[in-house]
Amino acid sequence: MAFLIRGAHVVDPQVGLDKVQDVLIEGKVVAAVADALEAPEGATIIDGAGKYLVPGLVDMHVHFRDPGFEHKETIATGSRAAAHGGFTDVATMPNTDPVTDTGAEVRYQIDTAHRVGLVHVRPMGALTRDEKGESLAEIGDMVMEGAAAFSDDGHGVQSAGMMKTCMAYVSQFDRVVCAHCEVESLSGKGVVNSGRTATRLGMFGWPPFAEELEIYRDIELSRSTGCALHICHISTAKGLELVRSAKAEGLRVTCEVTPHHLFLCEDDITDAYNTNLKMNPPLRTAEDAAAMRAGLLDGTIDCVVTDHAPHAAHEKDCEWEIAYFGCVGLETSLPLMLANMVLPGKMSWQRLVEVMAINPRQLLRLKPVRVEAGSAADLTLIDPRRVVHVTPDYLVGKSKNSAFLGLTLMGCATDVFMDGRRTLVDGTVVS
Amino acid sequence: MGDFVPKAAIMDGDAMRRAMTRIAHEICERNEGAENLGIVGIVSRGVPLAEILSAEIAEIEGKRPPVGQLDVSFYRDDIGRHIMPVTHATNVPFSIDGTNVVLVDDVLYTGRTVRSALDALMDLGRPRTVQLAVMIDRGHRELPIRADYVGKNVPSSHNEDVRVRIKAMDGENSVTIWAKDDGKEGGR
Amino acid sequence: MLSVRHLIDTTSLTADDITQILDTAQSFAEINARKGIKKVPALRGRTIVNLFLEPSTRTRSSFELAEKRLSADALNMGGSTSSVVKGESLADTIQTIDAMNVDMFVVRARFAGTPQKVIENTDAIVINAGDGKHQHPTQAMLDLYTMREHFGHLDGLKVAIVGDLAHSRVCGSLAPALKTMGAEVTLVAPPTFQVGDPSWYGCSQTNHLDDVIEEMDVVYMLRVQLERMEGAAIPSRREYNRLYGLSLERESRMKPDAIICHPGPMNRGMEIDAEVADCARSRILDQVTAGVATRMAEMYLLLGGEHNGISN
Repeated sequence: MAFLIRGAHVVDPQVGLDKVQDVLIEGKVVAAVADALEAPEGATIIDGAGKYLVPGLVDMHVHFRDPGFEHKETIATGSRAAAHGGFTDVATMPNTDPVTDTGAEVRYQIDTAHRVGLVHVRPMGALTRDEKGESLAEIGDMVMEGAAAFSDDGHGVQSAGMMKTCMAYVSQFDRVVCAHCEVESLSGKGVVNSGRTATRLGMFGWPPFAEELEIYRDIELSRSTGCALHICHISTAKGLELVRSAKAEGLRVTCEVTPHHLFLCEDDITDAYNTNLKMNPPLRTAEDAAAMRAGLLDGTIDCVVTDHAPHAAHEKDCEWEIAYFGCVGLETSLPLMLANMVLPGKMSWQRLVEVMAINPRQLLRLKPVRVEAGSAADLTLIDPRRVVHVTPDYLVGKSKNSAFLGLTLMGCATDVFMDGRRTLVDGTVVS
Repeated sequence: MGDFVPKAAIMDGDAMRRAMTRIAHEICERNEGAENLGIVGIVSRGVPLAEILSAEIAEIEGKRPPVGQLDVSFYRDDIGRHIMPVTHATNVPFSIDGTNVVLVDDVLYTGRTVRSALDALMDLGRPRTVQLAVMIDRGHRELPIRADYVGKNVPSSHNEDVRVRIKAMDGENSVTIWAKDDGKEGGR
Repeated sequence: MLSVRHLIDTTSLTADDITQILDTAQSFAEINARKGIKKVPALRGRTIVNLFLEPSTRTRSSFELAEKRLSADALNMGGSTSSVVKGESLADTIQTIDAMNVDMFVVRARFAGTPQKVIENTDAIVINAGDGKHQHPTQAMLDLYTMREHFGHLDGLKVAIVGDLAHSRVCGSLAPALKTMGAEVTLVAPPTFQVGDPSWYGCSQTNHLDDVIEEMDVVYMLRVQLERMEGAAIPSRREYNRLYGLSLERESRMKPDAIICHPGPMNRGMEIDAEVADCARSRILDQVTAGVATRMAEMYLLLGGEHNGISN
């Protein structure tokens, strides 16, 4: 199978490309990139005029709920959502049931995703057995089966001593520890940011310092163990400051941010108690969100992730305090970044490619994907002028709990190539 | 729908005073004096009329019957179709048990207000008799209710409104008939 | 006519709304004080569902009596009779009741925002009878009524709300309502019981009752939930009483005309000493009396204002 993408604007800072090119895909690889290419016999020609072609997007923080919570999402339905959103790779969090804490669980996900064939699933393994924070999971076993990184996401490892053991142990492998930072004795029953919003809505607050204290702790543990640390879904300006100074010191510390922490804030939670805005960590202040956007531009934040957290309708259509945390995000991430950052000129296309493709691939220790001959043909074609209406029908994943329902956004992926196969065709996921 | 415009003056202050005096005499005659008599005005214009009536009876009998006021908002049958702002409270400062109560209102029309007033009154006690005095009876009853004492009968149509003004509330005593502006004179 | 269709919180009420409720309640208070029939047919034929998703005796009785005195038909649901506890979702519960064509829901809930969820699932009018730690607007109205009865006005009153503010829906409703009516509110509590952001209410805050008690027109004591002592928000009953309890000594330093309120039920000997609860300043039973009249007024105004036509 061969595809010739004609006249798309190729953006790939890894190879210094930022111009209109023809790109030929043959088999599983990029065969040629040049100003003008002839279509080989039988090749499908795709008109790329006005579109952007970039290395396949990577979301290194999603929940596919498979196995254990298939009523929310499965590897199959999650893969569809990922392809629809323009992604070629996702890293799935290990809080499945059973928890992904052995090589067999990792292998199950990789094999299942392979059969589905829409997206590369890069499982993350748990740091501790059953994510209980008590004893080490079989980290080496999981590395050997293909685990891309390690995390107890869903909650932090509460014991500092246990976290130190985890990071020290992981440091022998070339893998990153992804930390969900939350001191639970401080976040307690918190369901919204503490302060004004908690007071206004009459609910317990989840204070910023419950996140920041653990960020600080884990940075120091990274210093002590030498283990690479990646802070998950950072949400506070002060937490970001901690990462910024750790990086300045040369520590192996990186972090990620979600679109909802970039583009929403606690003020968006109205008396309607829209539970799709219930997040962990919670939506913070408008100032925090502004700091996130600045941090993404200045390089403090390394990548954009969705924390794609599908929940069934009945798990969200209830009182805020008992609703599940999280929202789906795979299908709105790129449109939000385009509409809010790139198209208004606040962020360059190069930076977008760094934070949504190059950096997460590097953090997951995956082979780089470049728009050059010989590279794996994992590519995303983006139409910056296609309009997206975020409705339940637009979302092809199993759950519809988007925090952005009702928005109209400009720009989205139209085509995705994974291992040289076209998984998204003009906005429609192949079946 | 047009606005109401004044059509004709029905009574002036003198006519109203004479009517009240006559009604006072009729009440005294019917009840054989002012003993055991209570005057209860229906909020809002029945209240000053009740005061006037009580004073007139005092002139005749040398004894002033007690006066109370009755707010019928909570007893109306049309809540839900319109809201009655409740600013005038019920206040009947005498026991109505065994009393001859004269209910007083300005205009008797469908009879629904009087029906509400009877219910409200019964919740306060058990009067010996209840009689009804009105300044104007304009007809068009929807319930089997009639007045015992009438200042003036004013045949009117549904498109008209009979408005009583009383000095204590409105600065003058008058009864005017108002008609709906049908729009022929440049209205909507 | 109130500016709101439902009574969910006091922050949505205008001063005019509150005045209308209190004025109307005055008329109902007279009916409630009658020797004869304490009942009017104002809401005859209307169906009101009291949906109490957490136990409550006082508020529920007050609503029930208010409904009966308005001649409404009342249906009690909740507690052990509710299928909510059997795993049915709130939406299903509401839709089920709604299908029986009711006019009003009175909702008491463990969680903030529940009344809003009820609104989303019914065309009926909703009154919040307390939702989690959020709001308890009908309590605030009876408190305001009680204060206005005593002082004749609300503007300029100095009110201290004392106690477990962090967990208090009473404070959440009362403080904003008082502010709307021009009163000045001081929040008094140990730091572990203070509200997260007092600036949201526009109130001042102190940890020292003794510093402010002499200036107050109203000292409003909140109930301390004894179960909240777990987790060490306060060390003991005894210490709380010493620092924040309304003792006779503190009562003696109040302004001559000042009054004491409490939403009940009281922990005598903890937030309020027994002699103080029964003293001449105490308006605690007046609050209970006012509860029926103000709730009658709220239901009357909300249901009566459904279709605002023109009076004949």
